[in-house]
Amino acid sequence: MSTKTAGQEFIKGLWDENPVFRQLLGLCPTLAVTGAVINGLAMGLATTFVLIFSSLVVSSIKKLIPSQVRIASYIVIIATFVTVADRFLAAFFPPISKSLGPYVPLIVVNCIILGRQEAYSSKNKMGRSLMDALGMSAGFVLALLILSAIREILGAGTFFGYQVMGAWFKPWIIMILPPGAFITLGILLALALQIERRTKSRK
Amino acid sequence: MELVAIFISAILINNFVLYYFLGICPFLGVSKKIDSAFSMGLAVTFVMTITAAVSWVINHWILIPHELDYLKIVSFILVIASLVQLVEMFIRKISPPLYQALGIYLPLITTNCAIMGLALLAVLRDYGFAETVIFGFGSGLGFTLAIIIMAGIREQLDLADVPEPLKGAAIGLIVAGIMALAFMGFVGMIK
Repeated sequence: MSTKTAGQEFIKGLWDENPVFRQLLGLCPTLAVTGAVINGLAMGLATTFVLIFSSLVVSSIKKLIPSQVRIASYIVIIATFVTVADRFLAAFFPPISKSLGPYVPLIVVNCIILGRQEAYSSKNKMGRSLMDALGMSAGFVLALLILSAIREILGAGTFFGYQVMGAWFKPWIIMILPPGAFITLGILLALALQIERRTKSRK
Repeated sequence: MELVAIFISAILINNFVLYYFLGICPFLGVSKKIDSAFSMGLAVTFVMTITAAVSWVINHWILIPHELDYLKIVSFILVIASLVQLVEMFIRKISPPLYQALGIYLPLITTNCAIMGLALLAVLRDYGFAETVIFGFGSGLGFTLAIIIMAGIREQLDLADVPEPLKGAAIGLIVAGIMALAFMGFVGMIK
C-alpha cells in the first residue's frame, strides 16, 4: 500500500517516475510513431485507454486471480482492450490506423502497461490504480508529444500538419527517419538526467 | 529470387532494431558484452523462426477460416508465451549446453516486442508460409547482427570518457542512431 495522496499518485507519473524519461519503458512505440505529432498523439491516447481500463479491471478482480497465472491473466486483459483500441482506430480513423501499422496491436507488449499491473494495480484499490494509470499515461503522452514535436518541426517544418517554419527552412529529413528518432531520444534522456542532477544537488 | 530479397532486406534494410524499433529493450539491456549479446541474438533468432511458422499456421488454418480475425492479438500473444516455455523445456531436455548458453535470455523473449511484431508484420504483408519463415529467420539474424555490433561498440565505449549525463541509455541510443544511419546505406541494394 502506498502512503501518497491521490494527487501525488498522479503527479509522480509526469516526472519523478515518467515511464519514458525516467524508467526507460515503452521505448519501441516511443521511437517508432513519433515522426509526426498526430501519430504520437494517437499512440499516446490509445495507450492511455488500454492502461486505464486494464488497471481498473486488474485492481477490481485482483483477489480472483491466482498468483501463479497472474501474468498470463494480465496479458489476456490487456490484449482484450488493445483489440478494442485497434478495431476502434481502424473503423473511425483509417488513415491513422494505417500509418501506425503494427504498432497499435503492439501496445499489448508495451512494458509500461504490464509493469503498472504487476507493480501497482495488483496491490492497490481501484481509485488509486486509476490515478496511477492516469499519471503514467499523462507522462507517456507528454514524452511522445515532446519527441514528435521536435521531430516533426525539424524534419518536415510542420506541426500537426501546419507549416510553422518559414520558407527559408530546409527540412532535416533525417529527423523523421529512424536515425533521427534514436538521436533525439538519446539527447532528451541526457537532458532529463542533467535536470534531475541539477535539482538534486540544489536540495 | 523473391525469397532471397525478403531474406536480405530483413537482415540489412528493414532491420528490426534499426528500422522498425522492435526489440529495443534487449538491444539496450543485453548489449554490454559480446558473449551475452550473441546468446541473446541466437535465442531470438531461434524463437523468431519458430514463431513465424506457428503464427502463420494459426492465422491461416484457424483464425481466417473461422473468421476470428479479431482474436489475432490475443491468440498471437498466448501462442508466443507458451511457445517460449515449450522451447525452453525442449532445449533443456535435448541440449543442456545450448540451454546453459541461452539460459536466462529465453524467458525474457516473451516480452520482446520483436517477436510479436514479426508475427503481425508477416500478416500485414500477406506472406505465404515459406516467405514468413524466411522473414522470421532473416529478422532474427538482423537482430543478432545489430546487437553484436552494438555490444562491440559498447565494450570500447567503456574505456572512453563519456560526459556524465550521457552515460548508459542516452549514449546507447545515440550510437544506435549512428548505426541506423550506416544501415540506411543498404537501402539501394534491393529495388
